Amino acid sequence: MSGERYRNSFLREVEHNVEEGHWVKMCMQCGVCSGSCPFGPHWAHPPQELFMMIRAGKREEVLGSDAMWMCTSCYNCVVRCPRKLPITHIMHGLANYAHRLGLAPKNQPTRQFAKMFWDNLSKTGRVNELKLSLGLYFKDGFKQGIRNALAMKDIGLGMLKAKRLNPLELVKPHACKGAKDIHAILAKAKEIEDRRKGLSA
Amino acid sequence: MAETKTAAYICQGCGIGERLSTRQLAQIAQKEGKMALVREHPFLCGAEGVGLIRDDIEREAVTHVLIAACSRRAKTEAFHFPTVALARANLREGVLWSQPEADEAAGLTQEMANDYVRMGCAELKKTKLPLGNPLAATNRRILVVGGGVSGLTAALEAARAGYQVVLVEKERALGGWAAKLHKRVPFREPHADPADTGIEQLIAQVTGHPRIRVHLGATLLETRGAPGRFSVQVSVESGAAVTEEVGSIVQATGFTLYDAGKLPALGYGKTPDVVDQAGLERLARQAAAAGGAIRRPSDGAEVGSVVFVQCAGQRDEGGSHLPYCSGHCCATSIKQAMYFKDANPEVDTVVIYTDLRVPGSGEDFYRSAQRKGVTFTKGRVASVEPASGGCKVSFRDLILDEDVALEADLVVLATGQVPNSGVNIELADDDPAKAAQVPILNLAYRQGKDMPQLKHGFTDSHFICFPYETRRTGIYAAGPVRRPMDMAQAVEDATGAALKAIQAVENAAAGRAAHPRSGDLSYPIVRIEGCTQCKRCTVECPFGAIDEDESRFPVFNESRCRRCGTCMGACPVRVIGFENYSVDTVGAQIKAVDMPDEFSEKPRVLLLACENDAYPALDMAALQRRVYSAFVRVIPVRCLGSVNTIWITDALNSGYDGVMLMGCKHGEDYQCHFVKGSELANYRMGKIDDTLKQLGLETERVATYEVAITDVARVARLIDDYVAKILEIGLSPMKGFA
Repeated sequence: MSGERYRNSFLREVEHNVEEGHWVKMCMQCGVCSGSCPFGPHWAHPPQELFMMIRAGKREEVLGSDAMWMCTSCYNCVVRCPRKLPITHIMHGLANYAHRLGLAPKNQPTRQFAKMFWDNLSKTGRVNELKLSLGLYFKDGFKQGIRNALAMKDIGLGMLKAKRLNPLELVKPHACKGAKDIHAILAKAKEIEDRRKGLSA
Repeated sequence: MAETKTAAYICQGCGIGERLSTRQLAQIAQKEGKMALVREHPFLCGAEGVGLIRDDIEREAVTHVLIAACSRRAKTEAFHFPTVALARANLREGVLWSQPEADEAAGLTQEMANDYVRMGCAELKKTKLPLGNPLAATNRRILVVGGGVSGLTAALEAARAGYQVVLVEKERALGGWAAKLHKRVPFREPHADPADTGIEQLIAQVTGHPRIRVHLGATLLETRGAPGRFSVQVSVESGAAVTEEVGSIVQATGFTLYDAGKLPALGYGKTPDVVDQAGLERLARQAAAAGGAIRRPSDGAEVGSVVFVQCAGQRDEGGSHLPYCSGHCCATSIKQAMYFKDANPEVDTVVIYTDLRVPGSGEDFYRSAQRKGVTFTKGRVASVEPASGGCKVSFRDLILDEDVALEADLVVLATGQVPNSGVNIELADDDPAKAAQVPILNLAYRQGKDMPQLKHGFTDSHFICFPYETRRTGIYAAGPVRRPMDMAQAVEDATGAALKAIQAVENAAAGRAAHPRSGDLSYPIVRIEGCTQCKRCTVECPFGAIDEDESRFPVFNESRCRRCGTCMGACPVRVIGFENYSVDTVGAQIKAVDMPDEFSEKPRVLLLACENDAYPALDMAALQRRVYSAFVRVIPVRCLGSVNTIWITDALNSGYDGVMLMGCKHGEDYQCHFVKGSELANYRMGKIDDTLKQLGLETERVATYEVAITDVARVARLIDDYVAKILEIGLSPMKGFA
């Protein structure tokens, strides 16, 4: 087991398959990113540690970690990194790669939200906010959904009054004009990306 | 020499004329100071003023000149009269700029100026024109000891500057450590790849230079003499002894790697697949010669994975190995990892470090290695053991905070530099450690066979202020023998040392002092018939300038002397002095001050200030118009080490209420220009309390301070605080007895 440790195999895998993954080897372990992260204390592995784990060949631990899903894209780390690593992008790249491989933690809330957001968006070419929020309310079951909806009712009614929320969207969502074209664009983009990363679709 | 004729010149410029009565100063110079000629001038440092003085020297045969104007540190070029004895009274910085302008302060300000003129006259009358070392020797050849990169560079630089050079190398070939390398860390942009060492070209330039003579397989049997006249016995390869006469010496004896055999826990000696950095260079050279990949020593298999262990036997706080960082090893390991990666990117290279230190442009080199895929892991290695088909490296990953084991075909230990300093002269003669050491210079000095060592065995250097300087005048240490360093630094260091060696022979030939009183023509004059052979001067001289003859009298080697006057401060019978700086020149100034009686409420505090740091700090305080007490009288001294306790007792006996001494920082991080001067002064003053008690005086009447050149604000405050304390304990009861 120790034979593969600190070898370059996982680092190479990350370089080839993860968005901006070729930057991981340039980390000099100063820890400024970890110290700058507003979520720092809440993740299992701050960026610096994650990068070291990649170099140490801890494939399962890295890809199965919820750490990169915790990134809020505040870009504090990117601004401060003395080695100019695009850390935020690497975090999203890692999350994306883990997701594709099916190794990402199943019930991680930001992952769930991201997935919901993407499905919602890609279907019609625009975000249906009503469906998205209701989907979120009810993701943990019907009872919890009702509870969530009741808790948010004042805001909902306020938005209704201000015409910021149209209940008809629930029955007849309106799509963007070229929804079909968007589907074609996204399919092509995925095809290109898969080819570049050498993944089968 | 012709008859003495004194003259005092009182400047009225820079506001002196407006705030002081120069008339009164002139009268004091004439009546009390007994100056033969007294002149006032509105702008003394101008062409007309300087011309006036020059005319007097020529037409009136003036031999002694007192300039009462600005600080002795100002206008030195205008007031440069090399044919006469010179004294300066500091009216501008010392009085005008450090005293309040208010009308009610005018009285005390004038008193202060009057005293400085009295002191200047007194000093002048005791001063002689220094004529230079009568034993000046003019050998300008330069000896370089050591034929590595440092020595070769020093030899070549000195030869290119037009000086004859003798290079002595212990081995039978030149090149030293660099000749053993496959490649070196790059010196230039883009700092991306290992570079050729260039050592063959350097050796060819040295051996082909018409002004350089090389002795290979040679050692020094004896070095005696002084700058400008060193006589060196060299044992050459044939076994014969050759005498080389030289003017100065550069010691570039380099380093040896710390013995990895002392690191069995890191696997050295247990398997041939654990090597030190020199071992890896050897493997890389073998591979290059064979035109293939680097192979591991045990079975000749190609190396597929290698681990570099940084700080092996270095930065050890436990006391069993080197306590320091050798500075070059991180970059060296990076370079060595590149040997593998450049040949085959598939080789796994892991550098395990606790702090990666790549000074200078090494950061670019580090980045280049990361780009090439070298893995850097912050960790502490616990052990390296032979394992099936390689080595097992157990370490603590300091980022992931866990213990890990890693297998590798080859392990490289980054051991540090141990200086080749020769004998530690401070060890006792019967110390077994000393007996094991082989001397390098074999100096025929009473102080010992090699140069003093600074720290961790590195050869002497004035580390903080003047890194090229040592405590053996005319002998300069260069390269890693002086402090750990890499090749680029060694080249720079050797060039600097070559220039110092050139300065040393030129100064010696002109009979002048070397650094830091470079150009000083005064030299110690000893009234040997008064000497009691107490040996204090020979022991305390920080520069080993004084030997002893058969009858145990001191023998002064003027060219080795730095003119600090530490011997003068040490001499209990006061037989040592300089033409223009002696027990008398300072003693006369102390006594010249007009002492108010004990009912005047005007204390007098004598301040002896080191001219290297404290006195410039006072000048700068004045420049910033920082006001300090008008009761202080300042006399600059060459070094606090030159302060003879007789000055203190004389001052107290003649009614001074307190004596302040300001010198440089001493101890481990000393800043004393003369290394030991301020420390010795502090030691001597530690014993002054007994004298004070005998005189029936409070111990506060003598106070010693460490003052750095940057203590501009502090220096004025120290004076005021001290005067306040004196007023609190009351004026001296000794007034009126002198």
